[in-house]
Amino acid sequence: MTAYLHGFGMHLPERVVANAEIAARVDRTAEWIESVSGIRERRWAASTTSVADLAVAAAQDCLTRTGVEASTLGLVIVAGGSAPPGFPGPAAEVAARLGLDSTPALDIPLASAGALFGLVLAVQMAGRFGDVLVVGAEKMSAILEAHPLDPNTAILFGDGAGAALVSARPGRWEILDTVLHSDGQFREILAFDWTSPLRMNGLSVILQAARKLPSAIEEVLARQNLVAGDVTAFLLHQANHNLLLRVAKSLGVPPERVYSNVARYGNTSSASLLIAAAEWSLGNPPPGPVVFSAFGAGLHWGALLARG
Amino acid sequence: MPDATRRTRLLAVLRKVTSKPLPADDEESLFESGLLDSFALPDLVSALEQEFSLEVPDRDLNPRKFDSIARMEAYLEEHAA
Repeated sequence: MTAYLHGFGMHLPERVVANAEIAARVDRTAEWIESVSGIRERRWAASTTSVADLAVAAAQDCLTRTGVEASTLGLVIVAGGSAPPGFPGPAAEVAARLGLDSTPALDIPLASAGALFGLVLAVQMAGRFGDVLVVGAEKMSAILEAHPLDPNTAILFGDGAGAALVSARPGRWEILDTVLHSDGQFREILAFDWTSPLRMNGLSVILQAARKLPSAIEEVLARQNLVAGDVTAFLLHQANHNLLLRVAKSLGVPPERVYSNVARYGNTSSASLLIAAAEWSLGNPPPGPVVFSAFGAGLHWGALLARG
Repeated sequence: MPDATRRTRLLAVLRKVTSKPLPADDEESLFESGLLDSFALPDLVSALEQEFSLEVPDRDLNPRKFDSIARMEAYLEEHAA
């Protein structure tokens, strides 16, 4: 199945929440937050803004950038782990607000790795359904504010949404290969269910991510007889700037080759991969191989290799 | 039975990963004492793999296995050649 990435879109809430504001609420300093995460500020949505609101805005930005009419979409996929519990998930509302009344819409409630899984699913589905809009949207502040703030997690997360258009029609980046993995034996190290605060064993999460991200990237590259040094840009889930540096070191590539905007937006979970791609793509990136990779709760992780 | 050479090599690995003094108590948590943080831990595991020519499988990527000198010695006794 040949599929292409045609372009990306993004949306960030207006309200900037600087480290100082979080630090005052969790009895830490702004400098400490930046030192452990690389984050200087994040965006938090208004209480009246929903995950679907963020998703629709990113979707519309993606459709505008790619020049695609919503009415021509064959499938809508919405990834995210912060929508209110229950059903239906936000995908149905997003499709309806894009003016679609019979186009299939699918939720992927995977949190951080959700957008990557959505992209890989889109690659498989594009030939059958036509153009696929993949959205990652999160209101992580709702998760944080649902309980007293925990300094270990409150400092990390932000709100936002990213989107990508995947199609069987030739486009800007040809998707060459993908790998996905899941391992439920570590599902307790990062979990949330609304009845209690977000649980994160930071030591375990970083240890797993520091191994699994480079491993998945090297796996997808090896399948196409490429090495990390061939790749022009690595677009990763923006979990923590220190982790991005660690992945660059493991891959043996200069840190600037791993795109990072985590300082400005924090960790926006499933939205971060496509927000990073949307920003990166505005910089007129050079042709060549590009790797998308994500890791998150589950555990779920993987990588996608494209060539521009 | 404790292996003096293995212990010496383990302590050398730890000194490479952290610049802080190693604890006198082998049971002391290296994380709670601040000797290791979340980003030093992957470096430590990689350094152990290299020094002892072993591969720590993902299922063993549990910080508790590397939480103290005693626990690392136990892990190496079981897995290192």
